[in-house]
Amino acid sequence: MDFATLIQILDSTVRLATPLLFACLAGLFSERAGVFDIGLEGKMLAAAFLSAAVAALTGSVWLGVLAGIFASLLLSGIHGLAAITFRGNQLISGVAINFLASGLTVLLGQKWFGLGGRTPSLTDGGRFEPITLPFADAIAPLPIIGPIYAELISGHSILVYLAIACVPASAWVLYRTRFGLRLRAVGENPAAVDTAGVSVTGIRYAAVAICGVLCGLAGAYLALGLAAGFGKEMTAGRGFIALAALIFAKWRPWYALGATMLFGFLEAVGNRFPSIDLGLFAIPSQFVQALPYIITVVILAGFIGKARPPRAGGEPYVKER
Amino acid sequence: MTAMPKWADAVLVPLISLLIAFVISGLVILAIGEDPIAAMKLMITGALGSTYGWGYTLYYSTNFIFTGLAVSVAFQAGLFNIGSEGQASLGGLGVALACLFVPWPHWSLALIGAATMAALFGAAWAAIPAYLQAKRGSHVVITTIMFNYIAAALMIYVLVTLLRPTGSMDTASARFDPALKLPRLGDILGLVGIPFNNRNPANISLLIALASCVGVWLLMGRTRLGYQLRAFGKSEKASVYAGINPVRITMYAMLISGGLSGMMAINTVMGEANRLLLNSVEGAGFIGIAVALMGRSHPVGVLLAAILFGFLYQGGAELALWTTIPRELIIVIQALVILFTGAMDNMVRKPVESLFLLLRKGKA
Repeated sequence: MDFATLIQILDSTVRLATPLLFACLAGLFSERAGVFDIGLEGKMLAAAFLSAAVAALTGSVWLGVLAGIFASLLLSGIHGLAAITFRGNQLISGVAINFLASGLTVLLGQKWFGLGGRTPSLTDGGRFEPITLPFADAIAPLPIIGPIYAELISGHSILVYLAIACVPASAWVLYRTRFGLRLRAVGENPAAVDTAGVSVTGIRYAAVAICGVLCGLAGAYLALGLAAGFGKEMTAGRGFIALAALIFAKWRPWYALGATMLFGFLEAVGNRFPSIDLGLFAIPSQFVQALPYIITVVILAGFIGKARPPRAGGEPYVKER
Repeated sequence: MTAMPKWADAVLVPLISLLIAFVISGLVILAIGEDPIAAMKLMITGALGSTYGWGYTLYYSTNFIFTGLAVSVAFQAGLFNIGSEGQASLGGLGVALACLFVPWPHWSLALIGAATMAALFGAAWAAIPAYLQAKRGSHVVITTIMFNYIAAALMIYVLVTLLRPTGSMDTASARFDPALKLPRLGDILGLVGIPFNNRNPANISLLIALASCVGVWLLMGRTRLGYQLRAFGKSEKASVYAGINPVRITMYAMLISGGLSGMMAINTVMGEANRLLLNSVEGAGFIGIAVALMGRSHPVGVLLAAILFGFLYQGGAELALWTTIPRELIIVIQALVILFTGAMDNMVRKPVESLFLLLRKGKA
């Protein structure tokens, strides 16, 4: 493999990791506040659909993003209602949200566009254009540094940079602000937060809402940045991979960046080399496609360090018995 | 103290939740510009208006009984098995191998062999997530989801490279020996003089599904293992204190669950298609979640919920055929049923509870 190929693979790693990173940080806020969320997948799907639909109808990519965030927030609201207010099973609620998104996107897509669940392909203005960073053209001819700057770092859409900026921002909010301290405390020991006179319900709803916004961005990037429009089931398990990345990252923002980049890299390699010929035998393409899921299982099996989830995760808080 | 009589807890609350789910589904149909009342009528005539429709309804119900029981057994042991889908597709592989490579003298022996293989393959696919949960503490929910995706890739590989007859363009195995065809429900009912349409795929697997209901009821309610499973599901700490081995119980619960999921394949692969097709499960594994929640994890409840979903599935197919409502409507209904009977249970339960308390106070 030569240097140019490596740069290409790393370049697509960054693109493919972006939706995972948004979704992973989304899950991080929710789960750090003690609300498990396996509905990331559904929220991304709903956001991808509505953002593509609105962008196709209005021709405005930003209206599309807002619509995507709206769709995701709506599902977050349902999850919050079920998990926080009605103290239901958070896993079941997440499963329901995934199916709701999977069914509704096709139903509404068919009704609005009649394309069997797809949205019309987006053209210029309807999707995100790559941004060329300053001096990219000037530095490009340089060896090594040139391609790295011009192709790997420059030339992505704005949401890619936003996703990466979200990592220090999330770390700052979680570890340096009063809200972040309370959010983490609610996930570990909600009774203590309650005793201090802070509303557990309020903090958890806020966390679930942040999760909704970030999932909305993840879905919008899928439909408006990575692809040019919405396709049926286009999230293809990314929500679950983001969840696995979250566990791998031990519920920490900076680790999340590394974990999602790893999964992005796996997907990029899988796209680049559909089947790998090892001389004696060829690894079938299906194996390469299943590799991210297999790696996820290996990681979850804890062969790479033990992860400790937030203590109050998955448990509804009961103020009084 | 229980505020509600038992019947209200087991029947009234799920029924109200179901009603809410249906009303919202009706609103969804309205929102996409169709008439919900007309749609309901079409579903009822299409699924229950003839023995032909009933045949399809019962064929789908058979699948959902198996997957519903599978999810409910794991659920009673406190494990959420979302991997029915993958376990059932592996079960299909077991059935196909049994039917393709063993020269069975009679269909009845083939059925026993295929069912055993289906259960073994399904259980094997559940065994790894179960082991990882029991020994390594990795959450069974995420690992079973991952195993669904891995199963999908594995089945494509098996069908494309290994089982596809040379020269065939379909991603499907060769057809089974016609002598292995299972008797249709129409034939069986014909023997006792009940006229039943024979151009539908309902077959003898339905009887095996019913027997499985009885089997699960006996297992959960009448055996030591069943008691241990339920105790473990209620409180892991208390059951471990009482000497129940958590690793053993987790393994048993998931193996039984995977085995039941796998057995679904005798209905689809052997009873209907007579060959292994790609994606032969068609989401039945996921519907099992809704069926188990709706049926309150009790075999009788699962049976009734499975028939309800069989009706919805067949009715949904009729809708897709005669109207512009896509088949995905059933996924929306399924989601709403899971949401209201599963996650938002308290939304209905609490008001009903206080109503009963009020009534009791009024009497006293």
